[in-house]
Amino acid sequence: MTPLNQDSLNLLAAAPELLLALGALTLLMVGVFRQTIAGAMLVHWLTIALLCAAGILAWIGGGDTQYAFGGVFVSDGVSRFAKVFIFFGTAVILLLSREYMLRAQMMIFEYPVLVALAALGMAMMVSSADLIALYMGLELQSLALYVLASFRRDSVRSTEAGLKYFVLGALSSGLLLFGASFVYGATVSTDFTRIAEVVALGETNVGLIIGLAFVLAGLAFKISAAPFHMWTPDVYEGAPTPVTAFFATAPKMAAAVLMVRVLYDGFGPEAVPDWQQIVAFLAAASMLVGSIAAIGQTDIKRLMAYSSIGHMGFALVGMAAGTEAGARSVLVYLAVYMVMNLGVFAYILTMRRNDMAVTKIGDLAGLWQRDGFSALCLTILMFSLAGIPPLAGFWAKWYTFGAAVEAGLIWLLVIATIAAVISAFYYLRLVKIMVFDEAADAFDGPMGGEFRVVLGLSAAVMVLFVIGGLGITEMAADAATIYAR
Amino acid sequence: MTSEGFLLNLILWLPLFGGLVLLWMGGGREAERMAARRWSLAITVVTFLLSVIMFLGFEPTATGFQFVTDVDWLGGLKYKLGVDGISILFVLLTTGIMPLVILASWDVDKRVAQYLAAFLILETLMIGVFVALDLFLFYLFFEAGLIPMFIIIGVWGGGRRVYASFKFFLYTLLGSILMLIAMLWMANYAQTTDIEMLLTHEFPSEPFEVLGVEMGAGVQTLLWFAFFASFAVKMPMWPVHTWLPDAHVEAPTAGSVVLAAILLKLGGYGFIRFNLPMFPIASDQLANFVFALSVIAIVYTSLVALVQTDIKKLIAYSSVAHMGFVTMGIFAANQQGLDGAIYQMISHGFISGALFLSVGVIYDRMHTREIAAYGGLVNRMPIYATVFLLFTMANVGLPGTSGFVGEFLTMMGAFKANTFVAFVAATGVILSAGYALWLYRRVVFGVMTNPALETIEDMNRREIVIMAPLIIATLYFGINASAMIDVFSPAVSDLLQNYHAAVGAPDSLLIQPGGEAMPQPAASSAH
Repeated sequence: MTPLNQDSLNLLAAAPELLLALGALTLLMVGVFRQTIAGAMLVHWLTIALLCAAGILAWIGGGDTQYAFGGVFVSDGVSRFAKVFIFFGTAVILLLSREYMLRAQMMIFEYPVLVALAALGMAMMVSSADLIALYMGLELQSLALYVLASFRRDSVRSTEAGLKYFVLGALSSGLLLFGASFVYGATVSTDFTRIAEVVALGETNVGLIIGLAFVLAGLAFKISAAPFHMWTPDVYEGAPTPVTAFFATAPKMAAAVLMVRVLYDGFGPEAVPDWQQIVAFLAAASMLVGSIAAIGQTDIKRLMAYSSIGHMGFALVGMAAGTEAGARSVLVYLAVYMVMNLGVFAYILTMRRNDMAVTKIGDLAGLWQRDGFSALCLTILMFSLAGIPPLAGFWAKWYTFGAAVEAGLIWLLVIATIAAVISAFYYLRLVKIMVFDEAADAFDGPMGGEFRVVLGLSAAVMVLFVIGGLGITEMAADAATIYAR
Repeated sequence: MTSEGFLLNLILWLPLFGGLVLLWMGGGREAERMAARRWSLAITVVTFLLSVIMFLGFEPTATGFQFVTDVDWLGGLKYKLGVDGISILFVLLTTGIMPLVILASWDVDKRVAQYLAAFLILETLMIGVFVALDLFLFYLFFEAGLIPMFIIIGVWGGGRRVYASFKFFLYTLLGSILMLIAMLWMANYAQTTDIEMLLTHEFPSEPFEVLGVEMGAGVQTLLWFAFFASFAVKMPMWPVHTWLPDAHVEAPTAGSVVLAAILLKLGGYGFIRFNLPMFPIASDQLANFVFALSVIAIVYTSLVALVQTDIKKLIAYSSVAHMGFVTMGIFAANQQGLDGAIYQMISHGFISGALFLSVGVIYDRMHTREIAAYGGLVNRMPIYATVFLLFTMANVGLPGTSGFVGEFLTMMGAFKANTFVAFVAATGVILSAGYALWLYRRVVFGVMTNPALETIEDMNRREIVIMAPLIIATLYFGINASAMIDVFSPAVSDLLQNYHAAVGAPDSLLIQPGGEAMPQPAASSAH
């Protein structure tokens, strides 16, 4: 472990976050002084540019582990990997939101700024090296997301989604803080390195275990792992579709990496047996809930909500291993998952009929005859979500299963197997509806170029992943070396 | 990569390339459709010729793998291909059947380009299963084959196609994922995913209990069951065979042919490549379990076949019965049994493929598969009656057809391993004669009662061209069995040598290469 220099600010280590924070505040000012649609568009595009700049900065940022703000903020391989995906993923979401927001007359400058602030919160989460910093990042993200969920103020469902999310989110934050206080009581520190040192002394403390359980419960809520998943389907369905797309991508990556941080950094290798069973249980429950509950869904946004619960379960299978391979598998899984979801939501965002957004699964019927390109891409994405080789979704599962086998979690894999087969059923059902069924009425107009590009690229990534993992697996492997022992 | 390895790569990837070109070409107008058909026929024929060239360069007396490609690949895995005496025959079977499949699809008019592309992509994936020498590469090809077949059944199938395609997909997926877990464990334990190295790797076999159930060969038993789950579904063995009749009935003719002739062989190939050599102690202990399932499959599904009213379903059940002979032969674990099992699989490829093509011939004319709708076809279709008779007889296992050799050898192998099993299996031969001949009588002989049959046409030139190679193969390998046995027998005896070394059977049990039996009464009841 790197010795901490309490006095050092080392702002350079947090350069992407600082850029994003200053940029978001500046754009807020720009928006306030130009309150027109054109002004909002300007802010929108500038935010995309800002996120891309932050993403590039995170990508090229120094190779070693660096601490900032006196040791509460860490920039290392894992956080950089996560940030690259978070920033670029968020930028893509903004790109895809533009048309929807214009049509729904919600093109106001607050939207991109809130999204940017949420991304900033996520970056803080994945870089946190201290329980306080963790909480700060989490709340910055969550507050922005609460507002985004209820962004359509005149819609009952949207406001309901926002309120539901807020009440339950606040509860989970409370649980997290409660647990953190126990951890502090047991270890007399909020710093991950110190906590790990205390745990390594080997005196298992009841307070520490209670704290661990509560912190985990709070985090499980954020990644919508069962049995803390109840909010997900309602929020996904009620929120405006671009916001749903956002929920399904970047925050998942952030929360999962945060969980790795807390468990792997915060409690250290000696605590693995203490938390492994909890995480394994969360994984098993999420996979089963995600796959079984999705079968009866008729709304594609709700379906994707259950799908995301299930996928978080699979990511947790890898996390439960508690090893370097486990950390790597989580990173690979989340990266692939984000790309898949961006592709699927890019299409969902274009589903409009008679100028009304439609989200019923039946609306996709016979897509193959209406729009061969989109049907092909979506079919590839569905097979990938189901984890059928040789697509990327299979490789993501391969890495998590491999890590779990190494850790001897065979029983968990048997459950994963069953869940994977059940979930294959509903992904196949979507393929069946698109490819086998008779064509329903066409959707409005030609889909915009940006949707086509994102959908096509995401499908291409699924297919081309067999060629050396497109570098993603190696990046993740490099990042996860910090957990080598 | 050697130039030899390049040839195998070419055979493997050429159909995929052809399929992608087809998808890109599309097929709206009639001229384009014709071009699509010709293109896919050309691709499959070239692939077949290339595989014949490879076969001519193959050294049958050598053991081990030939035409090897070995390069590093994603995530510590290897991209390793190669063929031995066993797999090269399956590659030839696949590449040989595919041109016939394309010809049999000539009249399909619905989304032709996509249909043919699905078959070409499927061909690459099936060849890949037989030539992959990396555990996960094998799994990849094995699983990915589900996608094109799912779409073929679901889009171009009959009335209950959606139900059948889902059943097919989910059944096979469940088995395969259990296998994936076992593979991960093996890769982790042996620190390699190279099949060639795993073949000689000893997996632990100390007994232990799982949930109170004694695992006779410990880890080997668990791994054995995980692989068994996957291959038994693919095979398919009783009681997990129920997806097959549904899939067969709903699939288009060409789909049925691929399913019966090639896809059913993946399970048997898997048993020979994985279960038997990698987990010999578990295989030895569980042989009686497999025998029981095989014998039930032979007798029970034969009885079920007797009462079918749908021609395709009847043939599908007969396939399950015939696959029962294969599993019985494999786990008899002696030279005759394994020789017979491989022989039976290849010959079943010709025969069942031809039977489904025969059904396709009359289905195309009458659009019904009900047995009751036919009768007296011999009056209008003499050529058809002759061809169908030949394959019915081959299906029964008449001496002089390739069907006989396989059944006979597997029963001989089973007799040496367990006399009682061979006794019960032999009743299956009688039953198969029963349902097959009865089917033939009802469809071809008798009085023509259905007025719609009065104008039915005999087989046209294209259909005769499709059947001709299958007729030749069935008769040729029925008479000259050693032509095929000599190719795989060195590989089989090599496999058995390792097997018996691990199980600890006396060396005298071993049979010399060449298939000649050396009976050892004292040791024959060891299993």
